Amino acid sequence: MPTWLRIVLGFLIGAVLGAAVFVGVRAVGGLPPLADDLRPLYAMAVFSGLVGLMLGIDRQLGLPRGLVGMATGFVVGILATVGIRSLMGLTPWDTESVWVVASFVAPIGFLLGVGALSDWLRWIVGIHTPDQHGPPPGKPGWFRYFGFDQNHKVIGIQYTVTGILLMGIAGTLAMIFRTELLAPGMQFLKPDTFNTFISMHGIVMIASILLGVGGMANYLVPLMLGANDMAFPRLNGFAFWITVPSAILIIMAIFFGGWDTGWTGYAPLSVRTFMGVNFFMIGMFFFGFSSILGSANLIVTTLKMRAPGMTLFRMPIFVWAVLATSFIQLTATQFIGLSFLMVVLERNLGMGFFNTALGGDPLLFQHLFWFYSHPAVYIFILPGLGIVSELLPVFSRKPLFGYRWIALSSMAIALLGFMVWAHHMFTAGIPNALRLPFMYTTMLVAVPTGVKFFSWLGTVWRGKLFFPTPMLFVLASIAVFLIGGLTGPPLATVPTDLHLHDSYFVVGHFHATMFGGFVFPFFAALYYWFPKITGRMYNERLGQIHFALQTTGFYIMSLTMARTGLLGMRRRIADYDPAMNIQNLHIIMTLAGFAIFIGVLIGVYNLVVSARRGEVAVMNPWGSRSPEWQIPSPVPEHNYEEPFEVVGNPYDYGLPGTAYVRMNGHEKTTAPAALPAH
Amino acid sequence: MATETLAHEHHAPAISPARRFAMNRMGLWLFILSDAFFFAGIFVSRFYLWGATRPHLDQVLGMTVTIVLLVSSYFMYRAEMAIRHDDRGDYLRSILITILLGVAFMGGVVGFEWRTSPVNLRTEGEFAVYGAILFFMTGMHAFHVLTGVILLAILAYRGYKGHFSSRNYWAVQAGAIYWHFVDVVWVFFYPALYLMGTAVGPTH
Ligand code: HEM
Ligand SMILES: [Cu+2]
Repeated sequence: MPTWLRIVLGFLIGAVLGAAVFVGVRAVGGLPPLADDLRPLYAMAVFSGLVGLMLGIDRQLGLPRGLVGMATGFVVGILATVGIRSLMGLTPWDTESVWVVASFVAPIGFLLGVGALSDWLRWIVGIHTPDQHGPPPGKPGWFRYFGFDQNHKVIGIQYTVTGILLMGIAGTLAMIFRTELLAPGMQFLKPDTFNTFISMHGIVMIASILLGVGGMANYLVPLMLGANDMAFPRLNGFAFWITVPSAILIIMAIFFGGWDTGWTGYAPLSVRTFMGVNFFMIGMFFFGFSSILGSANLIVTTLKMRAPGMTLFRMPIFVWAVLATSFIQLTATQFIGLSFLMVVLERNLGMGFFNTALGGDPLLFQHLFWFYSHPAVYIFILPGLGIVSELLPVFSRKPLFGYRWIALSSMAIALLGFMVWAHHMFTAGIPNALRLPFMYTTMLVAVPTGVKFFSWLGTVWRGKLFFPTPMLFVLASIAVFLIGGLTGPPLATVPTDLHLHDSYFVVGHFHATMFGGFVFPFFAALYYWFPKITGRMYNERLGQIHFALQTTGFYIMSLTMARTGLLGMRRRIADYDPAMNIQNLHIIMTLAGFAIFIGVLIGVYNLVVSARRGEVAVMNPWGSRSPEWQIPSPVPEHNYEEPFEVVGNPYDYGLPGTAYVRMNGHEKTTAPAALPAH
Repeated sequence: MATETLAHEHHAPAISPARRFAMNRMGLWLFILSDAFFFAGIFVSRFYLWGATRPHLDQVLGMTVTIVLLVSSYFMYRAEMAIRHDDRGDYLRSILITILLGVAFMGGVVGFEWRTSPVNLRTEGEFAVYGAILFFMTGMHAFHVLTGVILLAILAYRGYKGHFSSRNYWAVQAGAIYWHFVDVVWVFFYPALYLMGTAVGPTH
């Protein structure tokens, strides 16, 4: 059978099967086979059609197998719940409990289907399985990216691409509700849809950031350490693949009424709102496994697999940042899982943790939630700030100023990050005795952050700067993060926060921190390591356009957000009073938002097209001292043929005769940068 | 969980068995550190909601299940030591006793405490949260005991097949560390549920 026929047949069979399962499940629930709203049916048919299409391309592909496993998991979960409920003498079908149980089963089905558990299941019965090297025999090179793979570079790319995809989804949602906000009154969204979109935008962006962080860390850390792979390659693949069913669960919420709590999911609203909130919370619960297991893997890799001679204080600064991040992810993530689990239990079993009438307390939710979610903001930014510190010396041709301080400041931020969570609750009715200490601890975080700014200034000071796209993004990161840092203290100060809390000022603040701390450095990293990953150069001109649109767009957007907040615009509200005179500001924000969106699209286009057609890159275009630039691009399957030895400091740019690594018997002294041709 | 076996490396330079062992151990301890935060969160929630009070619970039952679990830890230790001395008979005996005690513990908590406690998920009014926290704490802990029992059953099976010896006992050690950890959690949970604070609310 020709491939095209298999693809078409696959799509059709998948679509029909999907629709049949949909109708069947409704029948089991005793519902009429077709609802008035046919959109979920269509979505299901298209979705399973796509699965069939992928299976038509190659039946061995992991991704569609995982999706089939996930669907099976849902069906099994639903049937089991219906069965148990009838045994217990309850009405067999209860939409919410049926889907909640099924949502806990479905990710396991996905993991089984995609093959993330296969080796472990064999180990249980004592069968040893060899590590996997290269694409499966007889399959093309792209094949491994769509299935379970153990190579950290493949997994890094899987994380990154999934992250960018989610960023696209969340960004599209933002463009939709920003368009809605162009004028007072409701234009084309229903209020509930607006609420669902802002909630979904927030949490999907956070998932996307976590994936982006995972992508950078997985790809770069073993390379920088001189390891051939991560400490636990299977666990690494598992940690990536569990994010896929989690993301699907979160997005599925849209078909169950969505939810309207924002990304924070505060009780008691989350206990009462539409059942879509279950999918968001269970999705994040499973996403947490990825954070926890991925970070354990990174910590062991960093502590146990460094090249000879690489003492802790000779590690690349990015590795320090990832180490600090990993400790936060390893521990704090449990708290968001816990708080969301408690909400799901309260909704479904009536356990009144957060219900005052039942002796509970809604503030407990906020404590548990922010005990993760404040440290989480450092998960988002520390790796990005690490990228800034990593790249600045390369593009300034000068040593990194205050290496030790930078390394330790990441650790200090990680530690302090655990002591400030209640600054999100100043208006929530916590005792004054708590407000004051949390105000001071929050201010304290500015100290290690300030250390980083000093170091960056000290690094560029009198450097020989040059400005290819990654450097532009690095500089923009600093400029944008500065807004985030300056808007923080007014929020940390109790008297001003009483006015600013829950206003657009906060929205401006955290967008600036996340763009400066993650989005800009993430793109800097993508452009910088692009030649390493693909062996080709991106297009410099397009990179500059991307930079210009994103930076100006972002500056305008976040400053306008802060201003609108000061003028009284509340966050997460679908409408505003025309008498407030802020419509112009809203128009500016929306236009600036579109500029960013288009900028990112251009950037992604640049990367995708250049990966196939870009100029072939030289081995070390930036003149970097780092080991990964001393080997061919794209990096060979096992990174380094011979283990290298660290003989100097990583960032002694501009100091003649110094080398960081000795490889194959040669000390790699700093090479000059080969500027990309225009 | 973090248990990679010795990899059969083809191209890449192999990681020595000693190094692999150290990495596995570190991975396991990191996992336990992480899980400890989960239980710490539950523990803190108990004090946040109950403060210096607790529900009326059956003291004899609480004491019994606690002793059962602690004794199981002893047999787990014994099983690990036995395999390290290549004593397969004692290994199997001890690990089976551990499993039985684990099941007895779950039976005591889920089978008896959940049925007989004066507060439960149907309690109404201000004392409802006593039932919620009680069931949540014991439930989450029992869930970990259950995973432990499953792990131990696998270990027993593989020990029976002769997969473990004094030179290859990492899997047993990992199971033992996990089991002890779950016990230690109970050492914190038991007083928090049964002993600390004044008993309030409905009685038997
Ligand atoms: C100088 C450092 C910082 C200070 C003093 C600071 C302070 C604060 C305070 C007090 C709030 C609560 C405002 C309110 O809700 O009324 C807040 C909100 C927020 N901050 Fe920061 N912050 C800082 C840095 C960061 C960084 C680096 C990030 C992350 C990338 C970040 C992300 C957020 C987020 C996401 C929120 C809003 C949370 C929500 O949805 O309610 N902040 N910040
Ligand atoms: Cu915070």
